Amino acid sequence: MHLAYPAVLAVLLFCTGLYGVLARRNAILVLMSVELMLNAVNLNLVAFDVWLRDTLHAGQALTLFTIAVAAAEIGIGLAIVLLVYRNRGSSDIDRLRDLAERPAGPDAADGGRQQPDTKAEATA
Amino acid sequence: MTLAAASHGFLSPTGVEIAFLLVGIATLGAAIVTVSSRQLVHAALWLVVALGGIAVEYLLLTAEFIAWVQVLIYVGSVVVLLLFGLMLTKAPIGRSPDADSGNRWPALAVALASAAALVWVVVDAFRTTWITLDGVQGSAAVSGRSLFQYWVLPFEALSVLLLAALVGAIVLSRKGGDTKGAAEGSAKGAVRTPAAPVAREGQR
Repeated sequence: MHLAYPAVLAVLLFCTGLYGVLARRNAILVLMSVELMLNAVNLNLVAFDVWLRDTLHAGQALTLFTIAVAAAEIGIGLAIVLLVYRNRGSSDIDRLRDLAERPAGPDAADGGRQQPDTKAEATA
Repeated sequence: MTLAAASHGFLSPTGVEIAFLLVGIATLGAAIVTVSSRQLVHAALWLVVALGGIAVEYLLLTAEFIAWVQVLIYVGSVVVLLLFGLMLTKAPIGRSPDADSGNRWPALAVALASAAALVWVVVDAFRTTWITLDGVQGSAAVSGRSLFQYWVLPFEALSVLLLAALVGAIVLSRKGGDTKGAAEGSAKGAVRTPAAPVAREGQR
């Protein structure tokens, strides 16, 4: 099989996930797009492992590790999203702008907006 | 290089290549629907199709064990977690017009530009490279042997990482205790976001 087939498919899946991460507004949809990007990387790893016939099977071992790390990531990510939802009433990442730098103005003295849950911005 | 190219016809695909191409088109279509659908639950279900398609691609690349792990973990648990997340954040069931943010067109431009650049580079780099698919490369026996001979230490470290992630998720999603809840309540009293009343209702 030509190596370009899996490589190009992985590239296209990665860019689809990139579009999803940049364009989606709901935090859970952003997490789905991150999963697509991770899967594109996994496909590349498996294809290159089969191509190089690595005796250590580094590509497939790394794919398994990536899958496990992705499972951990989705668990932590969903916990953070649920926490944000519980605190703010929405999982809309466009509204989580408490750490944004605004131009100096009447808003600048309003320190009350800087509330201590910085976890909300971790998903933004 | 030319010998390798001559032994494989460039425009005479084998059966495996045709199957890979068809499954790849289906996978890519499902992925595109996943990132563009306005119905959130449908997006999660199309993600199942995309991840299953990738599992079939692993099978075509003779990486059996990875394919079944993919089906088990991604289709079996990650998508279920995502659906639970959608339910717990009370995602709208029907069509939600604000699923895409305002920077949709710049995102499309960035994605298309990076896709064009990467496809060009990849095709140019691997134009004369073929995978010889004889025999199974990633059966469970081979994967297990390499995993437990050469990759034991990362494997064990990964189990510790999973445990830490599990504990972290539990700590994060637990409703706060007495002192923590009081601190959060006072912090929230200072916030004047419109979502604050809803949030306080959700806390109880």
